[in-house]
Amino acid sequence: MTLYVLRRLGAGLVLALLVTLITFLLLSPSFESVVRERLGPTATPETIAGMMTELGFDRPILVQYFDWLGGVFTGDFGRSLFTSQPVAPAVAARLGVTLSLVVTALLITVVISVALGVWAASRGGVADKISQILSLVGYIVPGLLLAIVLVVVLAVNLKLLPAGGFTPFSEDPARWAASIAMPVIVLVIGGVANMAAQVRGTMIDELRKDYVRTLRTRGVSTTSIVIRHALRNAAGPALTVLSLEFIQMLGGALIIENVFALPGYGQYAFNAALQGDIPIILGITAFGVILVVVVNLVTDVVNGWLNPKARIY
Amino acid sequence: MSIEELSIDPGLAAPPRRSPFRKLLRDPQAVITASLLLVIVLLGLLTPFIAPHDPNEAQLSAINADPGTPGYPLGADQNGRDIMSRLLHSINTSMISGLIGASVALAIGITFGLIGGYFGSRLRSVTEWVFSLVMTFPGILLLIVLMPVTKGDYRFTMLIFGVLLSPGIYRIVRNLVVGVKNELYVDAARVAGLSNLRILARHVLFVIRGPIIIAAAFLFGGAISVQAGLAFLGVGSTLVPSFGAMISEGFLNLYIDPMQFLWPSVLLGVITASLVLLGNSLRDAFEGVKLKPAKIAAPKVEQVAGRAESRPSDALLEVDDLVIAYPTPSGKLNEVVKGVTLRVNAGETVGLVGESGSGKTQTAFAILGVLPAEAVIVRGSIRLEGRNLIGLSERELRQLRGRSIAYIPQEPMSNLDPSYTVGAQLVEGIRATTGLSKREARERVLALLKRVGIQDPKRTFDSYPHQISGGMAQRVLIAGAVASRPKLLIADEPTTALDVTVQAEILDLLRDLQAELDMAVVLVTHNFGVVADICDRIAVMQNGQVVESGTALEVFREPKHPYTQKLLGAILDEATVRTDPPVSAGALAGGTTR
Amino acid sequence: MTNPLLEVTDLRVTYPGRGFRAKATEVLHGVSLTIGEGETLGVVGESGSGKTTIGRAVLGLVKPSGGRIIFDGQDITHVSAAERRKLARELQVVFQDPYTSLNPSMTVGDILSEPLVVQGATAKDARARVRTLLDQVGLPRDAAERLPREFSGGQRQRVAIARALAPEPKLIVCDEPVSALDLSTQAIVLDLFIEIQRRTGVAYLFVSHDLSVVRHISHRVSVVYKGDIVETGPAASVTSEPEHPYTQRLLLAAPIADPIEQEKRRAERYRLLEVHRQQAEQAGAVA
Repeated sequence: MTLYVLRRLGAGLVLALLVTLITFLLLSPSFESVVRERLGPTATPETIAGMMTELGFDRPILVQYFDWLGGVFTGDFGRSLFTSQPVAPAVAARLGVTLSLVVTALLITVVISVALGVWAASRGGVADKISQILSLVGYIVPGLLLAIVLVVVLAVNLKLLPAGGFTPFSEDPARWAASIAMPVIVLVIGGVANMAAQVRGTMIDELRKDYVRTLRTRGVSTTSIVIRHALRNAAGPALTVLSLEFIQMLGGALIIENVFALPGYGQYAFNAALQGDIPIILGITAFGVILVVVVNLVTDVVNGWLNPKARIY
Repeated sequence: MSIEELSIDPGLAAPPRRSPFRKLLRDPQAVITASLLLVIVLLGLLTPFIAPHDPNEAQLSAINADPGTPGYPLGADQNGRDIMSRLLHSINTSMISGLIGASVALAIGITFGLIGGYFGSRLRSVTEWVFSLVMTFPGILLLIVLMPVTKGDYRFTMLIFGVLLSPGIYRIVRNLVVGVKNELYVDAARVAGLSNLRILARHVLFVIRGPIIIAAAFLFGGAISVQAGLAFLGVGSTLVPSFGAMISEGFLNLYIDPMQFLWPSVLLGVITASLVLLGNSLRDAFEGVKLKPAKIAAPKVEQVAGRAESRPSDALLEVDDLVIAYPTPSGKLNEVVKGVTLRVNAGETVGLVGESGSGKTQTAFAILGVLPAEAVIVRGSIRLEGRNLIGLSERELRQLRGRSIAYIPQEPMSNLDPSYTVGAQLVEGIRATTGLSKREARERVLALLKRVGIQDPKRTFDSYPHQISGGMAQRVLIAGAVASRPKLLIADEPTTALDVTVQAEILDLLRDLQAELDMAVVLVTHNFGVVADICDRIAVMQNGQVVESGTALEVFREPKHPYTQKLLGAILDEATVRTDPPVSAGALAGGTTR
Repeated sequence: MTNPLLEVTDLRVTYPGRGFRAKATEVLHGVSLTIGEGETLGVVGESGSGKTTIGRAVLGLVKPSGGRIIFDGQDITHVSAAERRKLARELQVVFQDPYTSLNPSMTVGDILSEPLVVQGATAKDARARVRTLLDQVGLPRDAAERLPREFSGGQRQRVAIARALAPEPKLIVCDEPVSALDLSTQAIVLDLFIEIQRRTGVAYLFVSHDLSVVRHISHRVSVVYKGDIVETGPAASVTSEPEHPYTQRLLLAAPIADPIEQEKRRAERYRLLEVHRQQAEQAGAVA
């Protein structure tokens, strides 16, 4: 088991290195224009060259990358080109906002999707109709439009929820909940549409398998068959969907944060990219990759544990 | 050669399938969404001719002009640009985005999917790795981060987005190709001398075209949404009119003129919704039957009024005029069991014999009350010790199952839950029917495993199904069936999936258990040898009816029904050994040499 | 015996292990057999014995790890893909499952003419040949325009046989060709195989788990047990008075379709198992 985790972790590390390296290489041609931008229209070729040397941009690109990488291993992600803020704490704070949004949405999505999917698959009839209509609606309505409609109706017209801003959980749980309620609703609707259909599908597959019939003939209760057996076997495929869902929600959150004026990862990344604040862009990419690696590792480990055939002791 | 074998019977085999495209034409959802999209695309194509203004032409006089203002049919925005012209141009931006995103994803995904799926091994593991890397990364973050590289050109952005979407297509294609590649008809094509390229073109591409068309519709919609989202954020040139940018501007201007927000939102919503709905229609057309829910419940009963009441009986099981049907797509009921009557006395073994499609397994499932959710019991009765089982609820049936009536399936492996140990599954069954404690149930299971001839019961108890052999799994299932000393055991082809030497052992075990527990056994089988080995009486089924029944000896020695005679005549007995010597083709051509 | 057509000597096949650094398993440990022109060799064995792998190795669908396969005087153990395609004219196959061995989206006519066209026949010749083939396997001519799904299992297997016959091969590998069929259809299809052989002089490598099927169609029979051939001989003697203990067990385990005869056989089987058990005990005591 340890060996397995280590191997997956190693693969994740390679992924992180590759993605940051590729980002670095892709960004390198724009270093000079960034410097020019920062110095403004009065810059002369000499001042630009001076600045390039000062920032170390004139060194060979791989040297710069490994220099940056060396810093990362000691926890130093560099400083912003424009505000001179250290990158790591700033990125971590923004990531915290986005994660509290995404994780909350994901948990709610799982609960609703599993309930809806299991209900639809094992009951049929009205339950199935409702779940199918809900997931179709979730698919059809673009998240962006939904977000705007929510802001207009709930925040501006009805004044039920704050239109924007973020309150940390530690400060005031109630206001935290209010501040993320609308973006969470948007993410959950999109997520449930996808995941409930998946859960329904795998549950139907399971419920039609031979062992379900055999359990029935032994007098095992329907609840136990549906929950203990079918859902248990459907959990593996559902988990894989869940990890992809997480990544998708992360992407969705980046756009939606903007509608709700949340000081999250997406907004931060967007502003950094707009300015060409290279250390921040790299930091954001690195944190993103690490997050993805961790999520995939957790998925793999739980999946391995769920499936006796793949279980490694 | 029998006539029945040769005639092409439309009832027996499936009718020819209608082409998916023709099916689409009959689906109103597909027709409406496709026409809507067609109109929108046409409007986009005609934009240079019908747009009243340049999309970026700003007129001070037209700032926030109302709809209907001359020259500005839908009004103008806060910069004095014509909303209608901007909308029309935005259509093109959207369509180009969708086109680039979808075609890049398809081109990369299909190419590598075909290569990885068909040629396999080393090449596959590399592509696999790269694609799973791409798949796990949040694409939108990358698109934002790479803004300094793309310079905000939405076409370049969509190109990268297409690359990011390609792993999804890759997986679909690769899985399909691997599936097709293992089909025997591809092996047959290879043996027939077809080249790899021809096999790919002829046999593989055809199979994957449906899923690819479906995926293309969703990809197109996805790319359009993402482009709109990015433009909303402000990624990209302000000179390119797009729905996202218009929504963003309209959002800021919401209190002054909500219509400015409404127009692009509605159009974007219509386009993406149409693509999703069209994708769903395509899926229905290409993949045919939708997945129906699998409700766990007692079978549906059609004729409640004519239901026979329970009555005392000296037989253990009496099936009377049982009719089972399944709904066809047209809504009519198709009968698969057409009035079966069957009687089983306590302690006797009855063989229910027939060929595939004769309805023997359906009859067995009906006795257990575990027919598939779609099945309908049209009429008839099934009495166990005089009590009619038809019409009982799942809860009432559960009281009987495991206690009075038990079941041994055909395929041992698929009838065990792969996620639980063998022991845990058996313990659950025993506790459901007896209320023993966990410890007592465990002791009982260990004793049972020993009884059914498992050498090391403790080890088997802790094994997962995939760790034991097929023969052993069948012994486990037998242990589970006889755990609560049932009065009636339904065995559905219990040895068909097993090797002949294992079959003999399992039949020995069944015979011993039957004598020991004095239970009645209904043995469903197509194998007359198995029947001869173990059955006291036989019922022969054909086309959903019992055509002949009697003691085993009677039926084997003096079959009365022509169908039974035909079946017995078809048995390859020990006397039929081939005696004619081999003759080479050359000798045959020579003709008279022999 | 007629002139040897296929000679397999010391054939070994190894499957790579699944997953990372898994051990490879050898499924055939040196199998030798010969088939003469116009002859049927029955290969009988239980699941996992390796009997199907023998056929697949001859067809080139799996790569042998050792040994030689000589077909019609030519060593075909490791031939190139192009050579293998030429062999298709001489060497054909009928698979077990008539439901997956025919491409569901092609008409029967296309399925039958495809191998002919690949081998260079004109469309017109191919069409004429398809008509003859359908006649040969007893299918109506209008079958050519239909899809496989419109046919029953037995009829599909006729289509598969016609496809194998199309290039007039010298050897057809038959991999359990009747085991997916119903009892009454089984006998009819087997008789069709025999009739075609008598008419055309084609040889069969006939793989089956069913002793009675093999007995019905084979001139000679080889018994495969755990990757080795344990016994080979004329069909009548191997399937009625086998010498190897495994074949004896196999024969007595197959039930006879008559209650009284089967009771006798059962008693005989118990007696044999007792003898084998005692022999094993003695061998253990000696060692």
